[in-house]
This record gives sequence, C-alpha cells and structure tokens, in this order.
Amino acid sequence: MSAAAVHSLWTTAADPISKIDAPKIEYGQLSPTLIVVGAALVGVLIEAFVPRKGRYYAQVFVSAVALCAAFAAVVALAADGYGTTKAHIAAMGAVAVDGPALFLQGTILLAGLVGLFTFAERRLDPEAHGNRVDSFAAQAASVPGSDSEKAAIRAGFTTTEVFPLLLFAIAGMLVFPAANDLLTLFVALEVFSLPLYLLCAVARRKRLMSQEAAVKYFLLGAFASAFTLFGIALLYGYAGSVSYARIAQVVDGTVTNVDPALAGTMGNDALLLLGSALLVMGLLFKVGAVPFHMWTPDVYQGAPTPVTGFMAAATKVAAFGALLRLLYVVLPGLRWDWRPVMWAVAIITMLGGAIVAITQTDIKRLLAYSSIAHAGFILAGVIATSKDGVSSVLFYLAGYSFVTIGAFAVVALVRDAGGEATHLSKWAGLGRRSPLVAAVFAVFLLAFAGIPLTSGFAGKFAVFKAAADGGAVPLVVVGVLSSAIAAFFYIRVIVLMFFSEPRPEGPTVAVPSPLTTTAIAVGVAATLVLGVAPQYFLDLANQAGVFVR
Amino acid sequence: MSFPLLTATAALPALGAVATAAVPAARRTAAKWLALLVSLATLALAVVVLVRFDPDGARYQLTESHAWIKAFGVRYELGVDGIAVALIALTALLIPFIVLAGWHDADPLETGSRRWRPTQGFFALILAVEAMVIISFEATDVFVFYIFFEAMLIPMYFLIGGFGDRAHEHGEEAAATQRSYAAVKFLLYNLVGGLIMLAAVIGLYVVAGNFSLAEIAQARANGTLHMATSTERWLFLGFFFAFAVKAPLWPLHTWLPNAMQESTAPVAVLITAVVDKVGTFAMLRFCLQLFPEASKWATPVILVLAVISIVYGALLAVGQRDIKRLVAYASISHFGFIVLGIFAMTSQGQSGATLYMVNHGISTAALMLVAGFLISRRGSRLIADYGGVQKVAPVLAGTFLIGGLATLSLPGLAPFVSEFLVLVGTFTRYPAIGVVATFGIVLAALYTLVLYQRTMTGPVKPEVSAMPDLRARELVVVAPLIVLLIFLGVYPKPVTDIVNPAVKQTMSDVQKKDPKPEVEAAK
Repeated sequence: MSAAAVHSLWTTAADPISKIDAPKIEYGQLSPTLIVVGAALVGVLIEAFVPRKGRYYAQVFVSAVALCAAFAAVVALAADGYGTTKAHIAAMGAVAVDGPALFLQGTILLAGLVGLFTFAERRLDPEAHGNRVDSFAAQAASVPGSDSEKAAIRAGFTTTEVFPLLLFAIAGMLVFPAANDLLTLFVALEVFSLPLYLLCAVARRKRLMSQEAAVKYFLLGAFASAFTLFGIALLYGYAGSVSYARIAQVVDGTVTNVDPALAGTMGNDALLLLGSALLVMGLLFKVGAVPFHMWTPDVYQGAPTPVTGFMAAATKVAAFGALLRLLYVVLPGLRWDWRPVMWAVAIITMLGGAIVAITQTDIKRLLAYSSIAHAGFILAGVIATSKDGVSSVLFYLAGYSFVTIGAFAVVALVRDAGGEATHLSKWAGLGRRSPLVAAVFAVFLLAFAGIPLTSGFAGKFAVFKAAADGGAVPLVVVGVLSSAIAAFFYIRVIVLMFFSEPRPEGPTVAVPSPLTTTAIAVGVAATLVLGVAPQYFLDLANQAGVFVR
Repeated sequence: MSFPLLTATAALPALGAVATAAVPAARRTAAKWLALLVSLATLALAVVVLVRFDPDGARYQLTESHAWIKAFGVRYELGVDGIAVALIALTALLIPFIVLAGWHDADPLETGSRRWRPTQGFFALILAVEAMVIISFEATDVFVFYIFFEAMLIPMYFLIGGFGDRAHEHGEEAAATQRSYAAVKFLLYNLVGGLIMLAAVIGLYVVAGNFSLAEIAQARANGTLHMATSTERWLFLGFFFAFAVKAPLWPLHTWLPNAMQESTAPVAVLITAVVDKVGTFAMLRFCLQLFPEASKWATPVILVLAVISIVYGALLAVGQRDIKRLVAYASISHFGFIVLGIFAMTSQGQSGATLYMVNHGISTAALMLVAGFLISRRGSRLIADYGGVQKVAPVLAGTFLIGGLATLSLPGLAPFVSEFLVLVGTFTRYPAIGVVATFGIVLAALYTLVLYQRTMTGPVKPEVSAMPDLRARELVVVAPLIVLLIFLGVYPKPVTDIVNPAVKQTMSDVQKKDPKPEVEAAK
C-alpha cells in the first residue's frame, strides 16, 4: 500500500462502491501515538468523573504511565527494525514509520515525560488556603483579579486539564515528524498547536501576560497555519496528490500522466514554488526561525514556565522533524531552489537571535532569543542535504531539548514575592546564595554556548561538520561567529550569578519536590553524557538518519 | 596493556579538583592541603613521565589510543614528544608553588551562605586548569586537544573573575567590576579565537577525515591526502589565530594585562606561565606539523608581529605604573621572543623557543609571586606606593631582584640561554629582524631595573616601614624557583637534551634545514 493507492482511491471514486478497500491500519506500528491519544481521552474522562481531590494524582499517574508506555512502544518498534530495515509507510500512506520518525518520537516522549514532571510540580509556590498549588491558574475561565478567581483559589481549584492538553499536544507532535502526506501534516500541526495555545494562557501568576502571550501565539499561529494550508492547496494543484511520495515523483518528473481534473495546473512550477515556500514558511514559524520568530520572545515570557520549557523543546523537535521530511522526501528535487533561501534564513536566524539576545534583560526572553539562534544552527544541519545532515540534526535536537527543559525548570525555581523572578538583575549573586542551583544553571548555559564537554558542543560540531561536508563553509563561519556572540550573553548571566553582589531583597530559590529535581537532574545528566561520550547516541542518530520514501 | 601514565597525569589533578571542591565548607585548611598533596603527586607522576621518556626514541612516546567518538573520527590519542614532556614537567612543577603562594588568597572575607565555599573552589579550579593544560600537551588528536583547549577557559574565567586582590585603590565595588570586566575580556578573546579554530577544525575534518596527527602526517607524506594551497592557508590561519590569542601575540594581546592585573598573583602566574604556553606549544605541534607549507608562507608576517610584540610589549612595560601590568607587558614581549624562535625555522630558534617557554614560566613565576607577596603586604599595586623596601625586607627585595634579573635575561640565569638561542637562530636567517628583536633586551633591562629602583631602593616610605620580610611559606615558594633559575642558567643541558630531538623532527616536518655558515655560502 503506498501513495499510489490513495491517489487511485480518489480518481476511481466514480466506480461502484464495492471496489473501495477497507483501510488497512497498522495499529501496532502506530501504537506510540495511539497510546498517548488514548491516555489523553482517559484524561478528559477523569476530568469529568473523578472527584476534584483525586484528579491531580489520577492525571499525573495516567500521563506518566502513558508516556512511558508510548516510549516503550517506540523502543520496541526500533528494536524490531522499523527504524532501519523494516521502515515503511503505514496507515494507507499517511504516516511513515522510519528511523527519523522513531528517533524524534522517542525524543518527544522523553521530553514530554520530563516536561510532565515540571507540570506536576506543586512545591514552588506557598500553599494557598491550605492547598498545594502548581504553576497553573486555579480556574482559567475566571477573569484575573475577579471575585470568582479568588473564590476558585480559596476553594483550592487547580487546572488539571493541563495534563490531557499536554498529552494531546504530544500526540500531535508524535505524528507531525512522521506525517507522510500533507493533510496528515496539517492535522498533526493543529492537534499539537491548539493545546499549546491553551496551555500558554493558564499561568497562575501574571495572568494577563500569560493570556496576552496566548492570544499572540494563537493569532500568529493561526496565520501561519493558514499559510501552510494555502501552500498545501497549491501543492495539491501542482501534483494532484497530497502524498509526499507522489509529489516527489512529480517534482522529479517521473510521473507525467496528467490528472484530467487538474490538467490546467498540474506540473506548473509556479504552484510548486509558491506552495512549497508557503509550506516551509509555516514550518519555519513553528521552529521560530527569523523572520518568522516574532512570537517567540513574548510567548516564551508569558507562558507558564513549565509550558515554555516543554514547548521550547518539543515543538522544535517536532517541527524540525517535519521540515526535514518535507525537504528531504518531498522537495529534494527542488534542492537548488530552496537551498539558497534556507541559507539566507539560517544566517539571519543565527545572527539575529544571537545579536538581539544581547540586549535582553529578562531571563525567559533571553532564552527565547537563544532558542532562535539555536534554530539557526540546526538549520545549518538541515541544509546539508545528506544523511549526516539528518543524523546531526536528530542528535542536536535530542541534546537541546533536555538542556532547554532543565534550564526552564531552574528558571521556575528562582522566585520572589511576585512569583518567578525572571528579571536578570534579580539573579545577581545567585551563585553566592545557592551555589548548587547557580552551578547547574551555569552548566546549562555553557551547553547552550557550545562549550566542549557538553552536549551543546557535540551537537554543534555534528551540525557544522555536516554543513561543511555539504559545502556550506561560509555558513559554518557565520555559525561560529554567532556562537561567539551568543557566548557573550550566556557568559553575562554567569557573571551576574557568580561575580555580582547579591541584592538584599533578592529572590529566594524554592526547594522543589523530587519531580522538578528529577527534571533538572535528567537535564544535567543528558548534557554531560551527550557531551563526554556521545558515540552511542551519534550511532543511534546515524542509524536513524534515513527517511523512508 | 600498560599503565596509562599520561592519562593518569591528567586525571589525577582532575579527580583532585573534584575532591577538593567536595571538602565541607568548614574544613578550608583540609582543602588546601589536599590540593597541595594532589599537585605534588601530579609532579611525581610528571617526573615519572620525564624519566620514562627516551629523548632518542620514537617521536611520540607513552602513547595511548582508544576509540572515542567514531562518528567524528575522533580517537582519544595521547603521546608526548620532548617539547611536551618539558612543558608537562614545567606545569606540574609550578602548580604546587601556585597553590602554596595562593594559600590565603581565597579565604572567605564575608560570611555568605554556609554553602559558599570560595576556598575549595579556588584550589579546585587551579587543579582543573592543571588537568586540562596537561592533557592539551599530551593530545595527539586535534579534536581532543581542541576540547581541552576550549574547556580550559571556563575554570580560568572563574579564577580571574571570582578571586582578586583584596586591596584595590578604588574600593571593593570597583574591584569587582574591573575583575569581572577582565574575566569577560579574557573569555571573549579566547572564545572567539577558539571558535574560529573550531571552524578550521571542522575544515580539517572535511579535508582529512580524521584528527590524528600521525595519520594526517602519514597521509600527506604518501600522497593520499592532498590539501589545496588555499585550503591549507585558511586552515592554518584558523588554528594560528586561536593560538596567537592565547599566546598572546600583538595585536591580540590586550586581554592579558587586564587579566593579570585583576587576578591574584598566583592566578596571574597560572595564566602567563602555564596556560599561555599551550598557545605557543600548539603553534609548534599543530601549525607547523599540520600545515608546513602554509607556515612557511605566513612566516614573514608572523615574524613581524612577533618583533612588534617584543618591542611594543617592552615599551609599554617601561611606562607602567602598576607592578602586575608591568609584568604582563614584559610577558607579551617574551612571548614575542618565543614566537620568533618558533617561526625563525632554525633548530637553534626552535630549541631556544621551547627552552624559553620553560624558563619564562619559572622566571615569571618567581618575579610575579614575589611581587604578589609585596602587594599583599602593602595593599597596593602601584609602583609609586613603594620605596626603600630593601632596607626593611631584604630577602624579599633580593628575591625580587633575582626574578627581575632573570626576566631581563642576565647571563648566568636560565632565560639568558634561551633568549640567546632564539636570537642566534633568528640572525642566521633573518638578520634584520634579529637586530630589532635585540632592542627588546635593552628595554627589558630598563623596565626591570627601573621597577627595582623605584620600589626597593631609595628612602623608606612610611607605609612600608613596618613591612615584614618573607615568611617561611613564601620562602618555600621562592627559593626552589631561584635555585632552578640559576641551575638551568649554568647547565641547561637536561632540558635541551630532551627538547632537541623533537625540534629536529619539527624542522623536518617543515622541510627546513639550518642555513649553512656564511663563509660557505659566500663561495
């Protein structure tokens, strides 16, 4: 069963109904996604039927079990050879089960699990009216500052809906890099975007900022989705199909028989160029590449910090996965057209992110711009158009996501009376007051900066090596230069933490529960292991570096 | 498999650093003793390396080779030649003195958090730097070298930014600001250098496919690896830039005076006598070996930069009012000599340069540490604040004088031999450059003697009248260094014997022969 089947399904629709085959779905191979979706639905039912007191525990339990089970399913599939020899396209051509898909799904699930820990943290804020509170609003629907909000807080409400929302988002992200036709891609995009818009809006503190962030994210995201959809429509007009394989064949010129319904448009290069440009634009929006990055700082700053951490890590993984598949499977024939454009995007993303970050005074905004710069570095690997390029991007994403979640988990710990103290000036002298927390954050910053012996360096090296191998030497030079610029502001934070005098009314560092501690510890461990002994993971990424077509 | 001696020499201080950092906050003194013991044990291992090394044996000895990151073509490959052995010995030798000299430099002033442990941190960082410097001397894989060359910046950065002189003319607040400025400047200069080198390292991989010095050299020798001229030159420039920042060579030197001025004397010694040597060492090992043709191509420019460093550093040293800045500029001048010796491409020049690295380490350590003792007594770094010290603290003044005389390369003291070799090596090939470089010696006499005269002689200033002489701990630090200076000045053979075969190898890498004597050429 392949792309052609879908195609014929549509063109033979006029024939007698008995000729339609029952769709063949390989449930086993889709199990990671199905488990997560199932758990999300169970989560919705928990919201409906479990008493308020028990919801938190039930939700956390179900989510954690589901993510672990889904990860186990990914590992089982990979062990079964679906990542390499048995890689194929499942679900009637809609979903690819191959190395990159499984690797990225595994990464997303682990990031999701670590993210879940930070979602479930309830020890950072002081108890409100005898109830332990997490980072999310007591009742998201109540107007900030209103009586109903106060009542909700007094009653000890918590927004446990965040857990099913998280699971839905993860489910969408699992499908996104595996999607093998444009419609599945779009559905996955919406499935993971909508929960994220909501999650951004439900911060417990600074609710207006949080809602503002959500609205911005939603509006811009909807805009980007519209572009994506428009691009899909144009590509359909070009190729007469939404299947990746089919479009690739039309691009290559191996399929020339014209669909009579599309005779006027099929094979029209203008459609192809416009369509793929719009589609790639939608994906670049999701990865936060310049010039589609405007939402990043506001959303990162406003969203509840656990959401920011999860989003920064997992969205990037999913979106880069989808971008890779699109460029490597659908548009390799168009390489000479998209490469110069992506060159330019990569260069302005690296430089733009690094330069603007210098002037930031808020730690979350700083990390947002740093994530933009990192998107640029990853793009350098994407551009390599080689197997090395794919595996280096996979490795980079894996390393990056754990550093990111860990770093945001630390950000959530530093608090004063108004909640998280994200203004950089408040971080002065943190190293004197809490050396351990500051040291851990310094490790994350050094990894972001790409200092050797951290995962950041190994990833950066892999990506730049692939880029240089692919002939993009100027890109590598720009890359190292922007790394130097970026290093400046990471180092500035370290200076602030260790060499500045602590302020008398400075923030305190909350003592987290084992949940956040685990998230941070996993981040540190991943940073160091991927930095010192990356061989196993590089091999893994290397084995996973081939897309099924 | 034999005992991995080279790994052990680097791993011991690394583990020692971890252990020192883990000492509880209240047991400060224990941390100090632990650090001292570890550094002495490392010295013992370095001596074993020195003894086991056979100068006339294979080029790289005590080699170790293990797979590390196959995907990048990286092998964990260590091996030492004579140059590396000499520098490892120097590093291991200086660290115990640095630890001992900095005994009280990191005692906590204020009572911060009970978990704030500056003392443990200080000594742990010193040991961490030692570990990374030693492994950079040992690495025969470019990638392994690069990793530690870069990673070294982080502990060094914390040493500069986190610990400074107690006394400061503008108060504690200003001191902290200036320290952090110096640390950031240090880091940015070196990081930019390192990242540019990273681009070249990646380029080298694209060209050669692996990072092993031996394999690349072999591939070039039997013709399987051909580097285009322009590629080789770009890669050379990428490497050389990083090393020139580290060394530091004019005009990339401006971080050094700030860093040395703001850090405590032992850390200043660590920077200039130990860490910076990695830069000049790497020029010899990596630039000349990997890119011989490009090295020859760049020689004229580098020689000019080296001469500018010599004269410019010395001139600025003459004009300094701050003792530590003066020593920093003097060091820049000396690094000019080292680079000059390396790129003169004569065996005397390169032997002299290697010997110079060792001697400069010892002489600067002696001068700077005594200067540090002096500064800690009076609480000022300004030359003008001193006068007549030799009357109240004769031993201090005497050792200071010997350190100073070594810096100006007085015959009979170790640096003379190396400076002479460098100049002879330069004269035989580039007489004009040799002549200009000689001015550096004259200026050295000027800045050193003027420094001595202004601080030590003349009427006793009231502020220094109660200055105590060197204490026992300080004597233990200074005396061995001075003995070594005199010993190597009279009898440099132990070092030259180890170094010379390695230099011959390097010379054959760049396919240069010493110029024949003038008389023969005239025929």
